[in-house]
Amino acid sequence: MANALHIVVCAGIVPDPLQTLEPITGPTGPGLKNEMLLPAVLDPWAASALYEAAALAAKSPGSKLWLVSLGPKAKLQQVMMTVAQKVPFELVPIDGPIGGFPDAHSTAQVLAEAIADLPGLDRSNLLLFGGWESASRGAGVALQLVGEILGIADQFQGVDAIELREDGSFEVLERVEGGRHQASVCKGAPAVLGWATGNLAEPRNNPQVGMANMRTVMPALQKAKAVTLAPNSLHYLSASLPKQQRETRVVKDLTPDQIAAELVEWIGAE
Amino acid sequence: MESILVLTHADETGAALTKASLEAVTAGQELAARLSATLTIGILAADPTNLSKSLPSAGPAVAVSGEAFAQPRFATDAAALEALCRAAKPTIVLAPGSSRFARVAASVAHRLGGFIDTHITALGGADHVEATRWFYRQRVEAVLSRDARPWFLLLDAGVAKPFTADPSAAPARIEQVPVQLPPIRTTVTGFRSPQQGQQTIRPDAKLLLVAGAGWTKKQPDGQTHVPEAADLILGFLAATGASLGSSKSLVDQGSEGNSVLPFLTHLNQIGQTGATPRHPKGLSTCCHGEEPHVVGWRFIGSRRAISLDPNCGWTRGKADVVYIADAFQVLAKLNALLEAAKA
Repeated sequence: MANALHIVVCAGIVPDPLQTLEPITGPTGPGLKNEMLLPAVLDPWAASALYEAAALAAKSPGSKLWLVSLGPKAKLQQVMMTVAQKVPFELVPIDGPIGGFPDAHSTAQVLAEAIADLPGLDRSNLLLFGGWESASRGAGVALQLVGEILGIADQFQGVDAIELREDGSFEVLERVEGGRHQASVCKGAPAVLGWATGNLAEPRNNPQVGMANMRTVMPALQKAKAVTLAPNSLHYLSASLPKQQRETRVVKDLTPDQIAAELVEWIGAE
Repeated sequence: MESILVLTHADETGAALTKASLEAVTAGQELAARLSATLTIGILAADPTNLSKSLPSAGPAVAVSGEAFAQPRFATDAAALEALCRAAKPTIVLAPGSSRFARVAASVAHRLGGFIDTHITALGGADHVEATRWFYRQRVEAVLSRDARPWFLLLDAGVAKPFTADPSAAPARIEQVPVQLPPIRTTVTGFRSPQQGQQTIRPDAKLLLVAGAGWTKKQPDGQTHVPEAADLILGFLAATGASLGSSKSLVDQGSEGNSVLPFLTHLNQIGQTGATPRHPKGLSTCCHGEEPHVVGWRFIGSRRAISLDPNCGWTRGKADVVYIADAFQVLAKLNALLEAAKA
C-alpha cells in the first residue's frame, strides 16, 4: 500500500449562489442580511476538492479521508444532509462563524489546530486539499496558511488534476495565466493542493453512503468545538453592493445583417 | 513612517518583468508618494541583471538570482520572497496577484509575522492605506484596512498603469540578496494548453465572447447543431482575436457526457466558479442566467448580448445593448463581414 494516503479536505459553507446577497454592518463588522436563513451549500471549489479526494482515496487502498469544515453547527448539519450522500468521509466540524468577512489568518489557525489534533493522522503522508479560493472571501489565503502552519513545504494552487505514481510521487496541473496549466512533479506527500474545478462531475446522491456517513456526522456535530475568530486588526470601512446599473437598450427590430453590421462597427471602435 | 516593498517577478522568458509586476511598481510609487513612505523594489528572477532597466532608476532595489528561480515553485519562491522581505524590512508589501505570487504570498506573510489581503482592486486613503476588494465572487465590494504590519497586499490586474522606465535614465542599482534554499521536492516540467493547438483564452484580448448553453440546444429545426456552433465561434475568435468565456452550464455538459463544444474546458468558465476576466468589451451569446451577466462580467467595460429571450431579466441593467435575435444567424453574418473586411 505504497500509495495509501491521509487526505484532509478543508471546505467551508457559503450561501447558495442563486441567493440575493445584501451586506449589513453589525457590532462585529460586516455580514450578510439574514445570513443564517440563507440556504447554504458546500463551497464549490472545495466541493471539487472533496470529490477529487474521494476519487483518489478510492484508487489508493488503505487511504483515509477527513472533511474539516468551519461554520455554525446548524448550517453545517443542513449542508451535510446533502454532502454526506456524495462520497464517504469522516467529518471534523468546527462550530464557528460563517461568511467571508472574518480574517483568513484566524480561520487558518483554527483549521490547522483541528487538523493537527486529528487522531491517527499520519502527517508525513498527508495531502491537504481545499478550494483554491472560496466563494465567500475568495482570497486564496486560508488553505495556504494552514499548510504553512502545518509545515508543509510543497503547495499547489488552482489545481485541475493530480496523477499518483507507483513510487508515491505525483504530477499536478495548476492553472496559470493565459488559460494554461503548469505541470509539476512532486516527490510525494505531504503537500497542499488548492483545487479549482478539477475534472470530475458532482457524484450522484448515494443513500447508502449517506447512511454510513451520517452515523459519524451527527455525533461529530454534537461534539463540535466552538471557536471565535480574532480580527487581527482587520477592520472594514464599508461593505456595499455595486451600484452600477446600466441603461440597457433592447433591440428587437433589426435583421441579423443589420445586427452584424452594428457589431462590426462596435468591435472596431476604440 | 511606512516603508513599501514592491515585489516583482520575471516573465517566462526571464528577460522582462511581467506587465502585472510593472503595474505594481506604479501602484507602489503612487502609494509611497501619498504616504511619504520609502519605496524598494524586489525582483524574483533567475538573472535580474537586465531587468533593472525597466524599473525606476532612483531608489533601492533588491533581487534574488539563480536557476532555482527560473520556474515558479512554492518552496523556492517562498524562500526567495522571504529573503527579499527580510532584507528590505517593509511595513507594506505590494505584489501582483499573479499565479506565481498568489501561490506563496500568504505563506511568506505568515513567516514574517504579517498579514495578507488579496485581490485588491484599488488603494485609497490619504495618510493610511484603504484597500478595496470584492467578496462573494464580485457581489459585495468592501473597503478594509489593517493596523498590523507587515501588511501584504496582492493587487489585481489593472490597479495601475504599467510602469514605463525612462530609457535615458541610468538603470536601477540592484542589491543581491542571498537565499537559503530548502530541499527541493518539486520539479516544474512545463506548461500545457488544454486545447490541442487551439488556444481560446487570451487575457490581453480587447473583446470577450461568452458562449452560453443555448449553442448546444435544439434549434428551430428540432436538431442540435454543435459542429456548426463550434465553427461559428472559432471563426469569430479567429477573425477578432477575442478571448472565449463560457457559462458553467455549457462547460458542465462535457463532464455529464453530453454533446459539447470540443474546445471548451473549465478554464473558459466565467462566473461564480470560474474567472472574472477583464476586457474592454464583451459579447455574450446564448446565455441566460446570473453567472455570465453579473458575476463573470463584473470587470467588462462595454457589454452587448445576443439572446432569443426578450424578457431575459439578467441582461437588463447589466448589458448596454441586447439584440433579440438568433446567435447562429448573427454570428454567421458577423463572421462573413469580418472576413470581408480583412480581405
